[in-house]
Amino acid sequence: MADTDSSDAFVAFERVQKSYDGETLVVKDLNLSMPKGEFLTMLGPSGSGKTTCLMMLAGFETATHGEIKLDGKPINNIPPHKRGIGMVFQNYALFPHMTVAENLAFPLEVRKIPKSEREEKVKRALDMVQMGAFGGRRPAQLSGGQQQRIALARALVFEPELVLMDEPLGALDKQLREHMQFEITNLAHSLGITTVYVTHDQTEALTMSDRVAVFDDGRIQQLAPPDQLYEAPQNSFVAQFIGENNTLIGTVKSIDGEFCKVQLEDGEVIDAKAVNIGEVGTKTQVSIRPERVEYNRERMAEGVHTLKAEVLEFIYMGDIFRTRLRVAGKDDFVIKTRNAPDQVRLKRGEQIEIGWLPSDCHALDA
Amino acid sequence: MALPTYASTPQVIWYYTFRGICALIFFFLIAPILVIIPLSFNAENFFTFTPEMLSLSPEGYSTKHYEDFFNTSDWQQAMWNSLKIAPMATLLAVSFGTLAAIGLSSEHVPFRRAIMAVLISPMIVPLIISAAGMYFFYSRIGLQGTYLGVVLAHAALGIPFVIITVTATLVGFDRSLTRAAANMGANPVTTFFRVQMPLILPGVISGALFAFITSFDEVVVVLFVGSAGQKTLPWQMFIGLREQISPTILAVATMLVGISICLLTVVELLRRRSERLRGMSPG
Repeated sequence: MADTDSSDAFVAFERVQKSYDGETLVVKDLNLSMPKGEFLTMLGPSGSGKTTCLMMLAGFETATHGEIKLDGKPINNIPPHKRGIGMVFQNYALFPHMTVAENLAFPLEVRKIPKSEREEKVKRALDMVQMGAFGGRRPAQLSGGQQQRIALARALVFEPELVLMDEPLGALDKQLREHMQFEITNLAHSLGITTVYVTHDQTEALTMSDRVAVFDDGRIQQLAPPDQLYEAPQNSFVAQFIGENNTLIGTVKSIDGEFCKVQLEDGEVIDAKAVNIGEVGTKTQVSIRPERVEYNRERMAEGVHTLKAEVLEFIYMGDIFRTRLRVAGKDDFVIKTRNAPDQVRLKRGEQIEIGWLPSDCHALDA
Repeated sequence: MALPTYASTPQVIWYYTFRGICALIFFFLIAPILVIIPLSFNAENFFTFTPEMLSLSPEGYSTKHYEDFFNTSDWQQAMWNSLKIAPMATLLAVSFGTLAAIGLSSEHVPFRRAIMAVLISPMIVPLIISAAGMYFFYSRIGLQGTYLGVVLAHAALGIPFVIITVTATLVGFDRSLTRAAANMGANPVTTFFRVQMPLILPGVISGALFAFITSFDEVVVVLFVGSAGQKTLPWQMFIGLREQISPTILAVATMLVGISICLLTVVELLRRRSERLRGMSPG
C-alpha cells in the first residue's frame, strides 16, 4: 500500500500484530506511518482492530509482535504514563470528584508545573474550547457536549504532540456531532498536533481527516485521503463501507491496460476500470456510485456501454432524487440525481437506459 | 403503600398482618436495647425495675453506675485497651482489605473467586473455630497474649467487611478513569491516591466502620488470643456478668450504644459527602 517513508514518520507501526488469546489475531501485520501534523482516522466496523491499534499506541495494550515508534523511538516498553500522548476517551473519562479546572490541572500537576503557570494553561485551554466560565463546575453538572469539550481541553492542556481520540463524538446528537467535528479539526490543524482518530462513522472520517485508514479483519484495507477513498476504492470492502454503492457481479472478459470489459451474469458487457481484478475469466465485483450513473442520453459520453433498466421506485428527497432500478436482474440498483430544473423525474415502470464513464466504474475483487 | 380501593379481603388482611409482623420484628430487635437504658440509671445494685423507678420518683434513679465505670481501674484499663486495639485493627483491615478488593476486581487475576472465598471465610466460619485456630497458631509463633496478636486477629476478622464493601463500590468504578490518569502522565501510585481512592472512599469508609465495630464488640477471639494485658471492654463486661452482677455493665452498654449511634451517623454523613463529591448526585 502506498505510504510515506517510514524513516521520517512521527508515528509508525511496523509489522504489528496483536492477539488477546494467543490464537486469533485481532490485528494482523499492521504497517502505518504518519507524518507530523497529520489528522489520520482509523475507520472500520466494530471488531476490525482499530480500537486495539489505538490502545497499543496509548500503551494500554502491548503488541504481540512488531514495533510501534513515536518520533523515531520504539515505545513498546514505555508505560502509558511516560508516553506523553493526549487522549480523548469514548465516555470522556472525566474525574467526577474534581471540578473542571482540577481535571485540567491534573496532567500539569503530575508534571510538577508551578501553580501560576498551571492556572494560566488551564485558563487558556478552557478558553480554547469556549468553556472559560465553567472551571468551577463538576463534570456531572455539564451536558454531554460540554463534557466532550472539557475532555478535549484536558487532552490538549499539557501540549502533547500526539493526541488520540477514541470515538469521542459517539454519544452526542447529530447536530452537536457535526459542530464538534468542525471544531476538533480546526483545533487540531491550528495547533499543528498529530491526531489519530478512531470512529466507525464514515461521514465523520471523510469530513475530518487528512487521511483515512479503513480497517477490516485486523488489516488496513486502504489508506488514502478521503476523496481517493471515495472515488477510487481499492477493493470491494472499501467500496461497500464508504458511502453508497451499486455492485454488479460479473466475469472479466478482456483487459486493456487501465480498463477492462466485464460480462455480467445476464450476458451484457460493460466497461470498467481495472482496479483490483484477476486474469481474464475470473469473477469480479463492479462498483458504481449512485450519483455517477446517468440516464439522460444527451449527457452521456459517446460510445459508452449502456444497460437496460426498469424504474421500480422514485423517491423525492428534496435536494436529490433517489431512484431504485432493476438492472441486470438485480432490483437494488440505486441512482441519485440532483434536483435541477431540467432534471427528468422518472416514473415507476418506465424503461430507461443507464450509462456511466468507464473511469467511474471500478472492477474490484469479488 | 396505601391500601388501594380495589383490594380484596385477603389483600386487606395481608396488608395489616404484614404491618403487624414488621412491628414485631422491630420490637424484638430494639426492646432489649432500649430496656437497658433506664435500668443503667438504677439507684439499686439490681437488674430490676424498683418500685421507685416505676413511679418515676427521683430517688429511684442515680448515675452511680456511671461513676463506678469511670472510677474503677479495671473498667478504665479495659476501655483504653479497646481504644488501642480497635483503631489499629481497623487500619490494618482497611489497608489490606482495600488492596485485596482492588486486586480481586481486576479480571486477569487467576483463581480470584477462590482467593475471595478464603479471605471472606472469617465471616462465615464460626467464630469459636477461628478463635481456637488462632490460639494454637499464635502460640506457636509467639503472638499469643500480645497486643500485636490481638490486633492481627481482629484485623483478620475485619478484612472481609472491607473487601465486601470496597468490591461493591468498585463495580461502579469506571476503569477508563485510571487509564485517563495514566495517559495524562500519572504513575500508578499517584493514580491510586488521586483518582481511584477518592472514588471508592464511600466503600472504604463503610468497611472501616464495620471493621472497627467488629473489633470493638469482639469477645471470643480476644479471650483466646489475648491475655490479661489486652482485656477489652467486651471482655470486662463478660467477666462482670460472670463474677459480679453489677449494673455497671448496663451503664457501659448504654454508652456503647450511644457511641455506636454516633459512629454510624458520622460515617453515614461522611459517606454521603464523598458520594456527592464523586459526582453521583449533582449539587
